Amino acid sequence: MKAATAPAVAAFHVTKKFPGVIANEDVTFDVRVGEVHALLGENGAGKTTLSNILTGLYRPDEGWMEVAGIAVDFQSPRDAIAAGIGMVHQHFRLIPTFSVAENIALGTGHDPVGGRFDLKKIEERVAEISESFDLPVDPRAKIWQLSVGEQQRVEIIKVLYRDARVLIFDEPTAVLSPLESERLGVTLQTMARSGRSIVFISHKLGEVASIADRVTVLRHGRSVETTSENDVSALASLMVGRDVESVTRSAHAIVESSSRVGSVVLEIEELHAVGDRGLKALDGVSLTVRSGEIVGVAGVAGNGQRELVEILAGLRRKGSGSIRVDGESLENGSTRHPIRLGVSYVPQDRMGTGLAPDLTIAENMALKNFRRPPFARPPFIRQSVIDAQGRDLMEQFDVRAPSETTPTRRLSGGNVQKVLLAREMSGDPRVLVIASPSQGLDVGAVATVHQLLIDAAESGVGVLLVSEDLDEVLALSNRIAVMYEGRILDTFDRADADAQRIGLLMGGQLDVSA
Amino acid sequence: MSRFGFRLEPRSNLPKWLPWAVPVGSFLAALLVGAIVLFATGQNALSVYGRILDRAFLSEGAFTGTLISATPLLFTGLCAAVAFRIGFFNIGGEGQFVMGAIFGSGIALKLGADAPGILSVSAMVIFGAIGGGLWGLIPGILKAKFRTNEIITSLMLNYVAIVIATYLIFDSNSFWRELTGSGVVFPKGKILPTGSWWPNLDFGSIIVPFGFVLGMVIAGWLYVLQRKTRFGFEMRVVGGAPTTARYAGMKPARIVVAVAALSGALAGLGGAADIGNFRHVLDPKGLQQSGFGYAGIVVAALARLNPVAVVFVAVLLGGITNAGYALRGPDFPSGLVGVLQGLILFCTLGGEVLARYRITRSGRTPVGASVLEAS
Repeated sequence: MKAATAPAVAAFHVTKKFPGVIANEDVTFDVRVGEVHALLGENGAGKTTLSNILTGLYRPDEGWMEVAGIAVDFQSPRDAIAAGIGMVHQHFRLIPTFSVAENIALGTGHDPVGGRFDLKKIEERVAEISESFDLPVDPRAKIWQLSVGEQQRVEIIKVLYRDARVLIFDEPTAVLSPLESERLGVTLQTMARSGRSIVFISHKLGEVASIADRVTVLRHGRSVETTSENDVSALASLMVGRDVESVTRSAHAIVESSSRVGSVVLEIEELHAVGDRGLKALDGVSLTVRSGEIVGVAGVAGNGQRELVEILAGLRRKGSGSIRVDGESLENGSTRHPIRLGVSYVPQDRMGTGLAPDLTIAENMALKNFRRPPFARPPFIRQSVIDAQGRDLMEQFDVRAPSETTPTRRLSGGNVQKVLLAREMSGDPRVLVIASPSQGLDVGAVATVHQLLIDAAESGVGVLLVSEDLDEVLALSNRIAVMYEGRILDTFDRADADAQRIGLLMGGQLDVSA
Repeated sequence: MSRFGFRLEPRSNLPKWLPWAVPVGSFLAALLVGAIVLFATGQNALSVYGRILDRAFLSEGAFTGTLISATPLLFTGLCAAVAFRIGFFNIGGEGQFVMGAIFGSGIALKLGADAPGILSVSAMVIFGAIGGGLWGLIPGILKAKFRTNEIITSLMLNYVAIVIATYLIFDSNSFWRELTGSGVVFPKGKILPTGSWWPNLDFGSIIVPFGFVLGMVIAGWLYVLQRKTRFGFEMRVVGGAPTTARYAGMKPARIVVAVAALSGALAGLGGAADIGNFRHVLDPKGLQQSGFGYAGIVVAALARLNPVAVVFVAVLLGGITNAGYALRGPDFPSGLVGVLQGLILFCTLGGEVLARYRITRSGRTPVGASVLEAS
């Protein structure tokens, strides 16, 4: 309608590099006045970095930005706020013991209403905003009394209170129930109609298609396309960016070997569980892994993968449903039981969960078997045997370090992963559960780790590979399960894998024709 | 945020000599700063240091006095060291020390003058450990069950313990209180039967209190426990990486409770040793004034939580305390002794920071930038 008006905010050819990573490369993107503009992309596509640049948290290495047609150079988030750009963070920045109004006034520096800190006026203004945008919240309530959805409303009002013209929402629906999400979508559109501009970051195709006026797709840090397309399958192809050919090309890494696949070692049936926030995390997951095969679980982070692997490792309690390892049922509430049943687990948080950083490589390799002979002669441990095992495993798994007594905190990411795999494979496991095995590793290390996983499957272990990296899942798995909002939406044999369909499922679209 | 500030950056590589050089260097730095203070107050630094050395270690009977001062510090130092090692910040050494003294003196009085000395002394050792252990168990269980902050609970229990001791002697006709003779007029505790007095081992020029020997043996035992046993292995994992410990099939809560009790028992032993070796009477005012429990935290910190190093640090600080008594006089205010002790502590802990971090000028890094945030 008003094509002549300059965009509310625009970024041109923005590049941002971090050591070893190019987070954004030549990204161009603009938000018009009065539109909801979605940023769509997989994890690691550069969405968060771009929004951090727009809000002045980072400065771009190359490229420039314009606000209402005028070039700007944000030195700090303060500059971005002054230019009318506000961000609603995924993780709230609220003080639990303060009231809603106090939280909103906090950090404004001065009180725009009365010139001094007049709580009454602030509360009135908050109530006014809350009413006009249908964001019901009591200005006098303390934050700790509010639900997650209400807290998010406070964050939104906070931005509106500062009179932001451009509002950036980072995965706002991640913390909301489906009903709340729907309501938020309406609020976003109301705000856009009132002349504000909305940047909506998401990986959920359905939401993006229904809420956004235009969509910019980011892939591997680049802006692939900006489109007013609201056909989910077209968006899915853009987001995933592969076709079936490239899948089969990368799949040659797997040994052609359905013959080595044996009996079922891991059987998950109708598994339910709640997540940290008390929301439903697993909603009836059923999955089997047979010995000698790699089953890949694809999906965008936060769809229940973490809860699934943590339950398998005994770190989290399951609700209803059953897990059987080699036919034996896995008990709740013990981390020793899965170890005894032969479930190995390489966590995503390798340093924080998998290793004791101050202990040596050898000691970390003995973390799960130091209690038993020959590593212990109760009540003593036998350091020499532990060290000898460390030396052997270091050689076998090609861990590069000065010696087996080097603390693991000094190791590079690839070597850390090798130490973990060495330990988890050395106990003759039946099942290996591994989460995001190549996250943060360089190309060489990724290849090594992938080879180790293939070796593990060849030796008869059932591997459950959970990864947000679809390429990785496609390259390694015999079977692929797609997880979305706590459910396995579908399972494919690798031969039938269709990247576009997987992309749709990752975005929550069951029906391709939708 | 600040564009021209300084930042502390963790050192990735610690040279082998650094952990040893830093405490020594810090100690020398403290002496240097102390010399300036002494000079400013009109003292001759060299002669003061000479006198400290003399009164703490060299002159006739000085080392025995030093060991007497060091014994309670040794136990409370071990108490803090073993708990801090697993990230359980037991500030309750003070209260556990007092409970050990109450239990230890109680059993000695109960057994009476007729009991053989070896029985009385062993019973005091055991009961002292039990008293302190139970007192340490409380914050341990509270933390394991309800995730309460052990710093607060253990600290609060210090006050409870001292109030109990005061009640026993001043506010009740308890078993511990002397109710005959001068005790009728001035409230005080019963003197322990001489048979239960802890022996002193005579090595000619030096007399070593039995409590100190016991402490050394326990320090060695703790070292073996931490470095060579399965329990010690689990302690090291729980201390550095509690999540990993759980993941590897350990039970961090159980280990926390066990170590809390052990830590309390060590302080309790100190309390029993203090009564058995030196005071021979439950003396709440004396216990309260000495503040051994808090000093033990300092000892443990200076010893980098290493139980064997605790022995040496306890002797060093015991020596300074001991010399402090001798230095005090009309020309040397007692406050100055405290200043010197404080300087040593300040410099050593400061040196610790420098050993672990390097100081860098923060350049113009992006605000809040972190490589890991890129996603």
